[in-house]
Amino acid sequence: MALNHTRRVAALSGALAVALTAAACSSGDGGGAAGGDTEASQIDCAPYEAFGDLQGKTVTVYTSITAPEDGPHIASYRPFEDCTGVTITYEGSKEFEAQLPVRVQGGNAPDIAYLPQPGLLQTMVATGKVVPAPPETEANVDANMPDFKEYGTVDGTFYAAPLGANVKSFVWYSPSAFADAGYEVPTTWAELTALSDKIVADNPDGAVKPWCAGIESGDATGWPATDWVEDVMLRTAGAETYDAWVNHEIPFNDPAVAEALAEVGRILKNPEYVNGGYGDVKTIATTSFQDAGQPILDGSCLMHRQASFYAANWPEGTDVSENGEVWAFYLPAMTADERPVLGGGEFTAAFADRPEVKAFQTYLSSVEWADERAKTCGGGGCVTANTNADPNLLTNPIDKLSAEQLTDENATFRFDGSDLMPGAVGAGTFWKGMTDWIIGQDDKATLDFIESSWPS
Amino acid sequence: MSTLEPTATPEDVTREMEETTEKKPRGGKRSRTGHAASSLSSPWASLTAVVIAVLWTLPTIGLLVTSFRGQRDIQRSGWWTFWQNPGGLTLDNYRQALAPGSSAGLSQYFVNTVVITLPAVVLPIFLASLAAYAFAWMPFPGRDALFVAVFALQIVPIQIALVPLLDIYVNKLGFGASYWSVWLSHTIFALPLATFLIHNFMRELPGELMEAARVDGAGHVTIFFRILLPLLTPALAAFGIFQFLWVWNDLLVSLVFLGGTPDVAPITVRVAELSGSRGSAWYLLSAGAFISMVVPVAVFLALQRFFVRGLLAGGLKG
Repeated sequence: MALNHTRRVAALSGALAVALTAAACSSGDGGGAAGGDTEASQIDCAPYEAFGDLQGKTVTVYTSITAPEDGPHIASYRPFEDCTGVTITYEGSKEFEAQLPVRVQGGNAPDIAYLPQPGLLQTMVATGKVVPAPPETEANVDANMPDFKEYGTVDGTFYAAPLGANVKSFVWYSPSAFADAGYEVPTTWAELTALSDKIVADNPDGAVKPWCAGIESGDATGWPATDWVEDVMLRTAGAETYDAWVNHEIPFNDPAVAEALAEVGRILKNPEYVNGGYGDVKTIATTSFQDAGQPILDGSCLMHRQASFYAANWPEGTDVSENGEVWAFYLPAMTADERPVLGGGEFTAAFADRPEVKAFQTYLSSVEWADERAKTCGGGGCVTANTNADPNLLTNPIDKLSAEQLTDENATFRFDGSDLMPGAVGAGTFWKGMTDWIIGQDDKATLDFIESSWPS
Repeated sequence: MSTLEPTATPEDVTREMEETTEKKPRGGKRSRTGHAASSLSSPWASLTAVVIAVLWTLPTIGLLVTSFRGQRDIQRSGWWTFWQNPGGLTLDNYRQALAPGSSAGLSQYFVNTVVITLPAVVLPIFLASLAAYAFAWMPFPGRDALFVAVFALQIVPIQIALVPLLDIYVNKLGFGASYWSVWLSHTIFALPLATFLIHNFMRELPGELMEAARVDGAGHVTIFFRILLPLLTPALAAFGIFQFLWVWNDLLVSLVFLGGTPDVAPITVRVAELSGSRGSAWYLLSAGAFISMVVPVAVFLALQRFFVRGLLAGGLKG
């Protein structure tokens, strides 16, 4: 017994020692860049020399972008690392939005965080820990992405430079199915409605429906429906009313919003139009947004309104191109001349004012970074807010299409409204209200409910 | 991952019960327990147990089958239809989950989890058994009040301690996001229950043992290491498994105190991130869940006897 026991103690302490040693070793080698094998481009290092000698310094970046999308991001930092000798430690987490406030309050904030919503930026600025952007970064933003600047500004101070961008005003469809049935891509809202009716008339048995949708998304269930309302609101009420609505200068139950919601209802709550491949209207609430557009592939649904990033949801091997299995067209406006574009993006907020952090912020807002991002882009989703970036460097067809939408001269860009509204509404009652609306609540009750929840 | 414990437990309990009932003397006057025992071992009861076990295991089986199906199959049909197309079964999900693109492979995360788990299991067991010894066999003023206070700490949910603890680690102790933060946090969160469980087990040991040792000239240290620790093995092993499963499956504590960089993050963090930024690769989750499950299941199956015995240790006082 005694011997046995001694051996056990020895085994335990041995295991502990091994673990401690392993920890000591592995904590030494840092996160580092784990990018692709491609040679990093040479860039002009002069803008970063002004920040002094940064050799051997480290900047930590915390984002909501995880593998496999993180690889191209990490690779796009290499020219900066080569220039300055700074090491960028990248960390992506899907729990980003919950973890960031914890870390900031606990005094363990990252140097730079990519905030996916301007609303979150406001919350973070309210903690007093966000450092305003350096003048070099602001100059870059003024030159490269003036449209986005206001979204990175809180109470007149410019904090966060825009980074990536995505376009939400897209309708996914199957070009081959459209060609087989002789359908044309609609260019006005009236044509879109006519096309939907034609699809219904062509398929009297209801096996093929014009639209499919799904708004289930875990604890964020409802957000795809809010995008619908925002997109339609931009079309029926115009950009100025949209801004007034987002800033609560008009109430949430204003007639203009009611009109937009009714227009959305004519599609999403029309049992003849939805829900292709899944069933009746109510299945929209239980279908996950990742799965929602998949019936396009087997032909039981013909159109699915979702952002450019939905491209990542097609199964591997799907031909995503203008004449392939799936492609996207611009969600038409009332007339063919108007071009309102709904979009989203990330913003780089800094929680430290060390020179290497400022230098990196400046790099991320530069044309060089945007071009490098396009060059190292892996699976798509590499569109940046930078209007001076070279669009020809984008390789992914959907990225090209998105960049065209963003840089179109006639385009009126508006940021996703639910991301701009106060969190209680934009990430709360708006989602919940739209979910209730899908499963049967009427328009008025829905809008009144959201309006009553707006924080005064 | 949490399906693991419930799936195993009912079967084990049933089996354990059946084992004990068989040992009971049969025949003669049927006591109430004897009656209960025979009704437990009746074929109907066994059938019920089997049905419950099957129902309980079904989701896990579904997950297992799903993990071998291709992406399109997973997205388009339920796992129960897999027999219509057995040729569609593939190891692709496991291949992708094990080597996810550009970031570090799963093996690095496995090592991290082991590095986190071992000290986070050994430390609380060691400290708690020392504390339990003091509470059980060393009379000192205020002992009972202190013990109740320690026990009451179990009521405090760990979530409210996260931010203050992080603040202490980062600003007062200077650990930052290091393994020390996670080891200490897991130890702190485990100590109340561990102390309580081991204390109750220790109290049940006969006091004569300690007295006899003391007469022979043994001090507290000798008594603890030479007499109590060997006797405590079942309780320590039971709590060890408990703590091991908890730490192995933990996501919250490591996310908060350690972060998600590949050089330190445990496998749970990787599995949580497996589905990609917008959840487009969720079909990989079933494979990821099974990869991370392998070790706890092995440990559990190897030590389940201790587990059941230890669960009863603290609760039943003779």
